[in-house]
Amino acid sequence: MNSIILRTFTPLLVSLMVVFSIFVLFRGHNEPGGGFIGGLIAASAFCVLGIASGPESVRRALRFPPLAIAGLGLFFGTISGVVAVLFEEPFLTGKWYFPETDLDVKIPIATPVLFDIGVWLVVVGSVVAIVTVLAEWEDVS
Amino acid sequence: MVFVVLSGFVLAIFAPLIHRITKPFSHWILAALPASLTVYFFQFFDPLSQGIPQRFSIPWVPELGVNLSFYVDGLSHTFALLICGIGTLIVLYAGGYLKGDKNQGRFLGFILAFMASMLGLVLADNIITLFIFWELTSITSFLLIGYKHGYSDSRRSAMQALVITGAGGLSLLAGLLLMASVAGSFELSKILSNPEALTGSALYVPMLILVLGGAFSKSAQFPLHFWLPNAMAAPTPVSAYLHSATMVKAGVYLLARLNPGLGGTELWMLVLMGFGGVTLVIGTILAMRQTDLKLMLAYTTVASLGLLVMLIGVGNKKALEGAMLYLVAHSLFKGALFMIAGTVDHSTGTRDIRALGGLRGRMPITFAAACLAAVSMCGLPPLFGFYAKEYLYAGTWAAGDFALWVTSAAVFGNVLMFGVAGVIATKPFLGELKPTPQAPHEGSISLVLGPVLLSVLALVLGLLSIGGELAKIPSNFLTGPAYTAVAGEPHAVKLHIWEGFKAPVYLSALTIALGALVVWQADKVRAVFAALFDKRWGPDRAYDQVILGLSSFARAATSVTQTGKLSHYMAFTLVTLLIVLLSPYLTGAALPALADVTVPSVRFYEIGIYALAVCGGLAVVFTRTRLKALVSVGVLGFGVALLFLVFGAPDLSFTQFMVETLSVVVLALVIYHLPVDERDARSAPNAMVHGVIALSLGAALSLLLFSVVSVPLDATLSEYFTANSYPAAFGRNIVNVILVDFRAIDTLGEIAVVVIAGISAVALIRVRDRASKAGLAASQGQNQTQPRGAGR
Repeated sequence: MNSIILRTFTPLLVSLMVVFSIFVLFRGHNEPGGGFIGGLIAASAFCVLGIASGPESVRRALRFPPLAIAGLGLFFGTISGVVAVLFEEPFLTGKWYFPETDLDVKIPIATPVLFDIGVWLVVVGSVVAIVTVLAEWEDVS
Repeated sequence: MVFVVLSGFVLAIFAPLIHRITKPFSHWILAALPASLTVYFFQFFDPLSQGIPQRFSIPWVPELGVNLSFYVDGLSHTFALLICGIGTLIVLYAGGYLKGDKNQGRFLGFILAFMASMLGLVLADNIITLFIFWELTSITSFLLIGYKHGYSDSRRSAMQALVITGAGGLSLLAGLLLMASVAGSFELSKILSNPEALTGSALYVPMLILVLGGAFSKSAQFPLHFWLPNAMAAPTPVSAYLHSATMVKAGVYLLARLNPGLGGTELWMLVLMGFGGVTLVIGTILAMRQTDLKLMLAYTTVASLGLLVMLIGVGNKKALEGAMLYLVAHSLFKGALFMIAGTVDHSTGTRDIRALGGLRGRMPITFAAACLAAVSMCGLPPLFGFYAKEYLYAGTWAAGDFALWVTSAAVFGNVLMFGVAGVIATKPFLGELKPTPQAPHEGSISLVLGPVLLSVLALVLGLLSIGGELAKIPSNFLTGPAYTAVAGEPHAVKLHIWEGFKAPVYLSALTIALGALVVWQADKVRAVFAALFDKRWGPDRAYDQVILGLSSFARAATSVTQTGKLSHYMAFTLVTLLIVLLSPYLTGAALPALADVTVPSVRFYEIGIYALAVCGGLAVVFTRTRLKALVSVGVLGFGVALLFLVFGAPDLSFTQFMVETLSVVVLALVIYHLPVDERDARSAPNAMVHGVIALSLGAALSLLLFSVVSVPLDATLSEYFTANSYPAAFGRNIVNVILVDFRAIDTLGEIAVVVIAGISAVALIRVRDRASKAGLAASQGQNQTQPRGAGR
């Protein structure tokens, strides 16, 4: 869509949406949110970019092939489960580590978070892959 | 121990990266892992020689009794050493053989993954663990055989191997589960500790047949032997590793492992001796017909596997000892000979034995290794193969009623294998130097290291076993514990080179004499056998027919429902759903009483949202333009999302909003590309049929909802999750905690499906794109218009 207004404010909008989607991803464990929702928001952001500036700009913005991003997400999901196996517990048992800090709040390092990040990457990668290929599908006839 | 087994997989993931960074010597770096694993397994020599096996186990699914258990006893230890030791040499060899190939990193990764799968298979103690690694070896073998996927015979052979071994794997799973249900445990060590329960059970016959289906398919017994020679389409390192030294021995390993539990009965002995003997004879006959080096070795491998199965069937003391000795000897000489065949092919450009000659001057080291390996295969002293032959003859001679048949099969097979070995060691290297496509040169160090080490090891083991104190080294540390594991009772195997003028000596002399005759008259023998069997009919052809038949049947069956029109697919799916939903009521279940349904008090904004959604729905039905219908579906979806929000399900609502937005975007993109009318052009009867289906489905779903709501809510799960979400899983958002923690395995499956859907969608659209562009190019070349098929 050839609209200069759209093309101007889209990068701002997309950046805001991606930041918001990461925020939603990380708040999911205690508030409404999580990997699926965050991923869908980020995917929508890239769709907006695609509508404004075309699928080529989406590929440039992602820098890696979208299906590779989805594959990386699946990989993260799997190894978050393998961490438990290294501790001789069943696969995908959540392992939580609370490091000692001076802050009032406890900030844990945990495998469910890695799993959720994996879910986020899968959703973003797959949806953007399908949408960009559809957008690039040229009308040959 | 678990990390030891899985380390191969981990390194396999990084192998392509390591190769890209360290191109010229990546194989030396990657070979460090199998080498260190071999050294790791040396530590078990001592406890095993004293008869103390080791067991390692971590729980996996404790509720079902499935553990990642590994058991190191004589049999698995011998196999583990072979797998890791030969694996080291193969990784080095592959680096030299595939030098310059751009996918070499991936190939080395596959080899490492295969090594880890095979290691897990032989060490597994839990039958589920065993089955998983069994299937992993089939999958990695598929990837390796089909490595050169541009060639159609690589693809066909890889598919064939996967189909045969995969079907065998299913049969094996059924047999193993029967065994577990009879014995009451999934752990092999427990199952095998009570043989009478297995052999005396009513399910013994089906159990045995199913397990043998798996073992025979993997170890290429007649009539399922044809995938092995076809697998020679793989690069030679694969043939040397999988299809001679390790993977095909998995079936033999299984039979040896299960011998204490399932063995000893008449059925076991007859079936194994029968199939093994037939495979041995047919394998060697087919081997003599070949002129391609790799095919000669492949068919003799089939025969050797038959020999091993036959020996396990005979089952007496000497036969099992002979089987263990032959197992080790065969891996050593066959691996070496395959690598030599590959080196010859690599340096001269041909594998045809009629075109090779006089290479001894150009490839002296390879020639020396070939001589040693061939002498071991012929079974001449003092190489290790000699002991294997002596012991197995002693075993077959003592086989009771079947001694004559089994011994004749063994002698026949050994004579022809002597012939093949002699031909491979002499024809390409002796005589006049024949012209070859490339100028022959000695292989690089990675190419010759393997054959030299393996054949020298065969010599060393043979020399050690001559007698006296030194002979205790191989017998106490290697073959003794292996025999103990197979026979189920402890016994020290005493190795001597000379046991007196008994039957084995005479049989060996006969074998040597006839074998030498065969080598001398090799061409005449080959002509005789070539005339005997016509290659056109046989199990390979039968496999092709079966696959063709299956494909035609599938095409016919799907053409009934897959008409090419999207509206038909929707109709079939929805009508099936309708029938499933209504079937309980049609078969007598009571309709939910509307009076039982309690309607909570509705607030005004909820009524407003309902109205919004209903308006959207009506707009979808009555609007004439597709774009308006699309947007109305979006409105309906947003209405539902608002309802979720108002009724206290923020995560659901959030997801629904996003999914609705993206659906509208994707649908708009698709509609933009479909050559459809802007207006809905359905005829009135057509629209009526669609309307009836839609209304009935809506009514059925509402009926289902009423039935669900009329039953009081069982809150056990909700209470459990509410109570445990924060204390156990450190999260206050129960929905998210369930998704990523309590039921993470389901989510893992879901995201795998999403990735697969993404890959499939991209592939389908790209294929159509390329096809339509090709069609356009062709039509432009022929000056004809070609309609573009969309919506199919």
